[in-house]
Formats: sequence, structure tokens, C-alpha cells
Amino acid sequence: MRSLEVVAPGPYALVEDLGRPGYAHLGVAPSGALDTVSLRLANRLVGNPEGSAGVEALLGGLSVRFTTSATVAVTGPSVSVDVDGRSFGSHTPVAVQAGQTLVVGTPGAGLRCYLAVSGGIAVEEALGSRSRDVLSGIGPAPLRPGDVLPLGPVRGVPAGADVVVPAAAPEDLVIPVTLGPRDDWLESPAEGLSAWWTATAESNRVGLRLDGTPLRRAAGFAEAELPSEGVVTGAIQVPPSGLPVVFLADHPTTGGYPVAAVVRAAALSALAQARPGTRVRFRLS
Amino acid sequence: MRWRRCGEDAALLDCDSLDQMRAAHATVLAARPDGVTDLVPGARSLLVVGGLAAVRSLLEGADLTHPPAGDPREVTLDVHYDGEDLALVARDAGCSPDAVVELHTGAAYTVAFTGVAPGCGYLTGLPDSLCQPRLETPRTRVPAGAVGLAGEFTGVYPRESPGGWRLLGHTSTPLFDAHADPPALLAPGDRVRFRSIR
Repeated sequence: MRSLEVVAPGPYALVEDLGRPGYAHLGVAPSGALDTVSLRLANRLVGNPEGSAGVEALLGGLSVRFTTSATVAVTGPSVSVDVDGRSFGSHTPVAVQAGQTLVVGTPGAGLRCYLAVSGGIAVEEALGSRSRDVLSGIGPAPLRPGDVLPLGPVRGVPAGADVVVPAAAPEDLVIPVTLGPRDDWLESPAEGLSAWWTATAESNRVGLRLDGTPLRRAAGFAEAELPSEGVVTGAIQVPPSGLPVVFLADHPTTGGYPVAAVVRAAALSALAQARPGTRVRFRLS
Repeated sequence: MRWRRCGEDAALLDCDSLDQMRAAHATVLAARPDGVTDLVPGARSLLVVGGLAAVRSLLEGADLTHPPAGDPREVTLDVHYDGEDLALVARDAGCSPDAVVELHTGAAYTVAFTGVAPGCGYLTGLPDSLCQPRLETPRTRVPAGAVGLAGEFTGVYPRESPGGWRLLGHTSTPLFDAHADPPALLAPGDRVRFRSIR
């Protein structure tokens, strides 16, 4: 069996593909890679279908040994990639031989690195996906040293030499949103969201938590309780503290606090790379 | 009813009542318009992801006072009525614990919506005297399978979690298994009854 062995997972490494949308009515989050642009790119580089499962490594630090020859690629922010001590760099397909060890460094900016391997990580699926959902615990457990991950059969051809742009991880992000569904519950929500917010260290795959000048409830909604309602990925929920949370892939499927606006899907990958301290503002579009 | 925008391809239908939400949900489920990828009931709303134009025109022409009956699953859950709050619920209902069990097992429930955790259904149909508030201080740990009630809802905790529902008892029936088909025992629209076992 083709496989790889985890030598060191780094701070927090998870198997992720493009998730399991369509089960929200049962309380199951979509989950999947937070930076889908980077996972898709890594898969293209090694000749996989874009939705194959790879490893999402928070702050890199991942080290794996291969029991088989394979083509691998690391994407996300720009990061060092070494194979048996030889430097290759990220964002390029690398051929590894059985017995070789790949080491991903720590990115200087950004948050999540993606490792794709030809054939894809072929752990057992749950509800049609191999993604780890950290809120519900569905999918493969966080990687630990010694874990052996099976690889699928190689089908595609790795992408040839190309100019590939790493994920940008700027210190300031301007994120496009659509207002609603509950913007009327908040006082001047568009204005409030357009101020600078700061990503906090409490952020995770469930939500990006922001600090700043709290949003206030609109007159007439100060004490109102919102009956539980469905929420989508990218929803900017405003709890009683007034400090917004942007729901990411592992978000709860229903919530009881008003959602002021929803991030455009194309901007979610940028939020996935926002380190604590990154400044974020929202622009109506 | 009122539609509210919810991002690029989703909208939230604000309903006047839980019954109206259920009627809208049943109407959309029965027709299953193309493009709808998620249909998430809430306590007073229905989140529709994808296929918005088709769902809108479907609901505009629908008679929501006579929703399609559909083909609801019927689920019976065996419960040991040994919950920590059974005496409290009995006191607030003005009856004996045995009478609470009789009331809870005598009613027919419908799964209105899910939330909190996979497979966690909010069931409506509670007798009036059992519509009681949450605990003032939520428990930090409620075991999986605990059967409780809060407000107009009753339900089962699918896994161990913190929680503020008043606990009537427990069931050993699994509520959620990601590798089972279907994965969740309870889905919106399902009919549920509780049966007391010793």
C-alpha cells in the first residue's frame, strides 16, 4: 500500500479536502480546507483532482516520511520545503522517493500550509469527505507522530513548470461582504464593519474572532432574543459582546445571535491565512 | 413572511410562526427545486442555499395553510425516566413525577430543526405544563443520550456537552453516527414518540 508516515505534525495538522456540504439540516458543518484556493492549487501541482484530501498544517512544521515514490507540493503562504535536507521551496511539484523525509518550515507570514501528495490522502471517508471537523469531531483525528496515512492510486500527471503565486498574507485585509440577513438588528452595521478590526488568538477553524470597537444593537433590538436560525460559512455573527465572529468551515449550523453580513466566498481563503494581529475591515460589495 | 439576503447564493425566509416555517419547509422538500444545496430550518426561519429563484416562486404560489404531508419518518425512543430534574419539572408542572412521564410519553412530537451538534433535534409538541424555562445555571457536563426540555422544545443530547435543559431521563439509542445511513436518527420533519422503559 502506498502511504506516508507522520514524523512530526507541527503545531496542528489535519486531513482536509473540500468538505461535506449538504448536511447542515442535520447539524453537520461543511468543514473542509479553510484556504480552498491553496488546497486546489497543491492538488493541481501534483496531478490530483482539485478536491483530493491533503494536509492542512497550521504554521507549517510538518514532517512526513514516504514509503513510496510520490509527487508532492506545498502551498499556502511561501514556506521552506526540504527533502532529506535538500531545499526545494513551496509552490512547486517535487518528486520524492520511498524512504525520503519531507520537512515543511514555518511560514514567515500567513497561517495554514497545504501538503498535497499524488494519489491524495486516502483515509476513510465520513459523510462523503475526509475532512476533520474540529467542532463536531467528525473525520480523522489531528495528526500525531507515527500516524500512517494511506495514499490513493496515482491517476493524473503533475502540472509542468509554471509560475505559481503563493497565498498573500498581508497585515491588512479588506474583505468584501454583503449586508444581512440581520443588519437591522445592529446600529450602523455597514459603518461599524468598515472600521479596522484585529484578528485575535482565539480564532480557529470554527470562526475568526475579531477585536475592535464593539457593534451595538439597534434601538428596539437591545434586549431582543433571536430564535435559532441557520447560518452560512462567512456569516459575521455579532454576539452580545458586540465583537464579531466570522464563521469559517467548521461553524455551528444554527445560531442565536444576529448575523450582520456575509463574507463573499472568494474572500474566505484570505481570512484563512489571517494570523492573530492581522487587521481586517469589511467593504460592502 | 419576509426574505432576507444571506450572502451570494443563500437567503433566510423569516416566518411568522414555527408552523409557517414547517409548512414552507415541507413545501420546498416536496418539490426539491434544482439547485437547492442546503435547506436548514430554524425556530422561525428557513435558510435556503442555492436555487433561490425557484424556491421563491414555488413559495409564492403555495398554500402554506395546507402544506404537503410528505412522508415523515416515525421514530420511537426508549427512555429511562431517571433524570436529575424530574422532580423539579414535576413541581413546576404541579403534578407527580409519574404524571410528568405520562405527559412526556403521551405526546407526539415533530423535529422542528437541528443545531448545537450533529443529530441534535429540537422537538415541538410538548404539553403546555412541560414548557418550562432552562436551568438558571447550565450544567458543565450533560451525558450523551440525556433527554431534556427547555422552552417549547424537548430533545436528546447526541453527545456529552455542556447544557441548560431540564433533564427527564436518558436513552441508549445512538442519535448520530457519521458512518451510518442515515447518519442522524432525527431529521427535520420526523415524528417522534418517547416510550418509558424500566
